[in-house]
Parts: sequence; structure tokens; C-alpha cells
Amino acid sequence: MSSASGSTSELRADLAVIAAHIEPGTRVLDVGCGDGALMAALLGKGCDVRGIEIDGALVETCVARGLSVVQGDADRDLVDYPDRGFDYAVLSQTLQTAERPDLMLSELVRAGRRAFVSFPNFAYWRMRWALLRHGRMPVTRHLPVSWYATQNIHHVTVHDFEALAQELELAIERRWFFTDARELGPAGANWRAEYAVFEVSGGS
Amino acid sequence: MTETYRSSTLQVPLALDGGGVLTDVTVAYETYGTLAPDRSNAILLCHALTGDQFVASAHPVTGKPGWWERMVGPGKPIDTDRYHVICANVIGSCMGSTGPASLAPDGEPYAMRFPVITIRDMVRGLVGLLDTLGIERLHAVVGGSMGGMQALSLAANWPERAARVLAIATTARHSAQNIAFHEVGRQAIMADPNWRDGNYYGHEERPGAGLAVARMAAHITYLSEDGLTEKFGRRLQDRTEKTFGFDADFQVESYLRYQGSGFTKRFDANSYLYITRAMDYFDLAEEHGGKLAEAFAGSQARFCLVSFDSDWLYPTAESRHVVHALNAAGAPVSFVELSAPFGHDSFLLDIPALDRVVKGFLE
Repeated sequence: MSSASGSTSELRADLAVIAAHIEPGTRVLDVGCGDGALMAALLGKGCDVRGIEIDGALVETCVARGLSVVQGDADRDLVDYPDRGFDYAVLSQTLQTAERPDLMLSELVRAGRRAFVSFPNFAYWRMRWALLRHGRMPVTRHLPVSWYATQNIHHVTVHDFEALAQELELAIERRWFFTDARELGPAGANWRAEYAVFEVSGGS
Repeated sequence: MTETYRSSTLQVPLALDGGGVLTDVTVAYETYGTLAPDRSNAILLCHALTGDQFVASAHPVTGKPGWWERMVGPGKPIDTDRYHVICANVIGSCMGSTGPASLAPDGEPYAMRFPVITIRDMVRGLVGLLDTLGIERLHAVVGGSMGGMQALSLAANWPERAARVLAIATTARHSAQNIAFHEVGRQAIMADPNWRDGNYYGHEERPGAGLAVARMAAHITYLSEDGLTEKFGRRLQDRTEKTFGFDADFQVESYLRYQGSGFTKRFDANSYLYITRAMDYFDLAEEHGGKLAEAFAGSQARFCLVSFDSDWLYPTAESRHVVHALNAAGAPVSFVELSAPFGHDSFLLDIPALDRVVKGFLE
């Protein structure tokens, strides 16, 4: 555990909260695992972790770190994973890039008994202000790419996500909100949070 | 073949998939690096169709460097300072292991009396060698192309024998296109009058012309169109004008002829028939009730599959097919499609990303 907490402290805030709340020794699927930072932290907790990543160079980095990562496209490849093959499925900062975020979320809670989802909150007040004041799509720290080049094709707010979870009959187990890597309380999160982490389960 | 290579005679006869039994089986092999006292650092390297055991040392017939010297050696990605690397000539081949050119119990070469073998039969021979060498569990089994088929076959049929399985530019089954190209090669050999229904060993003339054509056709499948265009284009060979004849006017023709004739000096035509047949018969799912995931159900190994974007012989989709099965079986698997311009042969060539993946996975 000491090595795990050591590595989680260097993680991005959303990944750190996910790493801290995944039970040791569980099976985890990290969808869009990037360079494997979360996976490495979870290995330190004795988890059996698998990753999916679309970027070949990042997959190569992961494999060279000894992580089990498959190059693939979460939009298409999640369906190939068996039902409830994992205790947790993790989707960090990727939901808003999905072709169909609703389908991806459904696949996530099918492949894992529970899912952790983190995403940038488009209703963050700086976004609203930028749009209101300039009348143009905001470019911010968490959404740094112009509208025409961004991979974020389905912008989502905290309230949108909660509504989608309800529509899909998912139970929201826990939620965390952050601005500038600082954790916030839930009050006014749809205004105040720059990004959010939700833990959901497939309900019945 | 009368050359003597380092080899081991298996203690038990091999019961083959085709129903026959092969007795007094010889498996020729080379090793590199020192076996640890606890025998935990052995890596079995499996060679491709026309490969052999000389993976990291000069070929005794051609004098050329080993076929994977850029990958295997001291300080290389498969580091012989750390690992004990074993590479054996598969049965059916012609570099010292029992094959159609070997003498049958009646003292005559087997020729076409040699039983048709499968990839799994080849692996039976390799496992027999491991038994002889006293190696219970491999650190890893590694192979590209047909070597990858052997690695997957070993993982499926002897799941306790390897802790890691690295299969590069390969497939779990031969496609119609794969079989078709092999059939062209076999027909070229069998159409050579010097083939004599396989009984050419006592004769001066060998079916070299047919074997060369087989090699030429196969060699095209190992390259990519872009690679060929870049290397040769429409450039002419040692001439400035077309000859309006059938000499090798184009560089690509000259190259293929050179590849074909060079190959006949080191390879036995009947071995080519038998090994291509084994590859065509390969369908790992079929061996396990039609479900590839079942093939890996008992596996405790970690897997890594690598494909190349320009490989049209065993394209990425074939590796993905294996990855899906491994996921369904719950096996830990890594997969990456590497970008390389050289087609199927990329796995043998200078692709630094492959070096990093191989080194990292074996850690």
C-alpha cells in the first residue's frame, strides 16, 4: 500500500481519486489508459489491470512498462469484452470523445460491475462566461483545442451526466468534483466544478 | 542431408495429429546465453517457414548472419546476457531435424513417405526437446509468422510450459488467401520434372527451378507494394533500355530471381511442401471445438501480440481476432499494431518500436 499511495500522489487528481477508491486485489479495465499511470498505481494495490488505448505510441509505452494494454478503439472494441469480466471499468476524460457516450457508458457497466467515469464539465462557470462574453466556443486548460480540431465531440455537463445515468437506470454510487486539482463539495458543482468523477453501477 | 548439427534425439516417439507416429525423432537446435541454475531464464524462439535454429549465429550453409541477430544477442532486446535462448529447427524442415530428407527406418530417405505434420506436431517436437533439456517452464516463448503460430499452439496445448507468449505478425488460422499462395508454391515444385514425385534425393538434379518459383511467389507476400515501389520502382537492371525479351529487365525481377536461386542452396523442396501444408492446416480454434477462446481457457501466461500495418499476409485483423479470444478467456494480453513500411517481413527488420515492445514485454 505504501508504494501505491506513493504513486497515486503523482497521479492527475481524477485518477488519484479513482485509484484511491478501487478495492485492492480487484480486476480493473482501464478504457483509454493513456501512458498507463493509473494502471501502474493499481498494480501497486495488487489489482489485475487491463487497458485499452487507441494511440499506438502510448500502447508501446505501456507494454514496455510491463502493463497489459490492447491497442483498440473503445467505441468499437468494448463489446468484445465479456459481461462483468471486471470488478471495475474506468473511463477517464474519454466519455466526451465517444461516438455515442450513452452506448459507451452502457458497455462500461456491462464489462465491469462498477464504473468510474471522469469528464470535463462544460457547464463550469469559466466556460459559461467565455461563451457569454465572447460568443465563441471556449478554449481552456481542460479543453485546450479549438472546436474544429477537438476530439471532444460530445460536450457534457454534470447535470447532463446525472440525467444520462438516470435514463440508463444506473445507480450513482459516489461523485467527486474538482477545480484546478482541488476537490470541491457537491453544492453548485454544475457551476463550480471544472471536472467531475462519478462512480456508477449497473443497478438491477 | 549429411551435415551434422547440434541435436537431440527425443526419448519418446511423436504421435502426430494425422494419426501416424514418428520414431527416433531428431531435433536440431542452438542455444545462446547461459541457463540459470534454477532453469528459470529460458526463452524458446520459434522460427518461420524457411527459418532455422541459427537465429543469432552464422548460417552454416550460406555464411550469412543469424536471421534475428538484430533482436537476439548480448544487450539486445532478447538479451542473451540475461536469458538462455533456445531455437530449434522444426520437424519437417531440413537443417538437422527429422524431415522428408531424413532417412526412414528402412535406410532410404522418407521423401513423400514422411507423414503430413501440423504446427502442433512441430510444437510436440519442441516440447520433446524441452523435456530432454530439463526445462519445465519457459520464461517466454517467442515467434514471428509461423513461429508465432507455434508460440500460440504451445500456449494453447501446453499452457503450463510458458509464462509469457509473444506472437508477432501471425495468425491463429490460415486464410483462403494464405492457402492459395502456398498452393502456387507447391504446384511450382511438383511441376518441376526434377521433383520426381519427391524421390530426387539420389539424383544429381534437384527441383531447384520449382522451389525457386515457390520462393519468388512467397517472397512477394512478405513485402508491401509501397516497399517494392520504394526499393525498385520500375527501374531497369544493369541496362538503360528494355530488351524486348524475357531477361530480368526490371530490378524487381532480378531481385526475385536472386532470392529464388539463393533459397534453393539452403532449403529442401519436400520440406517446403510439408511445412507449407502444416501452416495451411493451422486453425487453432478448430483444434478446440471451434472457439478460439476455448484454446486459451486454461492459460496462466501473459500474452503480447504485435502486428504491422503494412502486413497483408497476416494483417492486423488476424492479431485482433486472437486478442479478442484472449480477452474472452480472461488472459492478460497486450496488443499493438506497429507502423512499418516493409510488409510482413517487418518483424525481421529494423523497427525500433518492435525492439522496445519485445524488451519491455520480456521484463
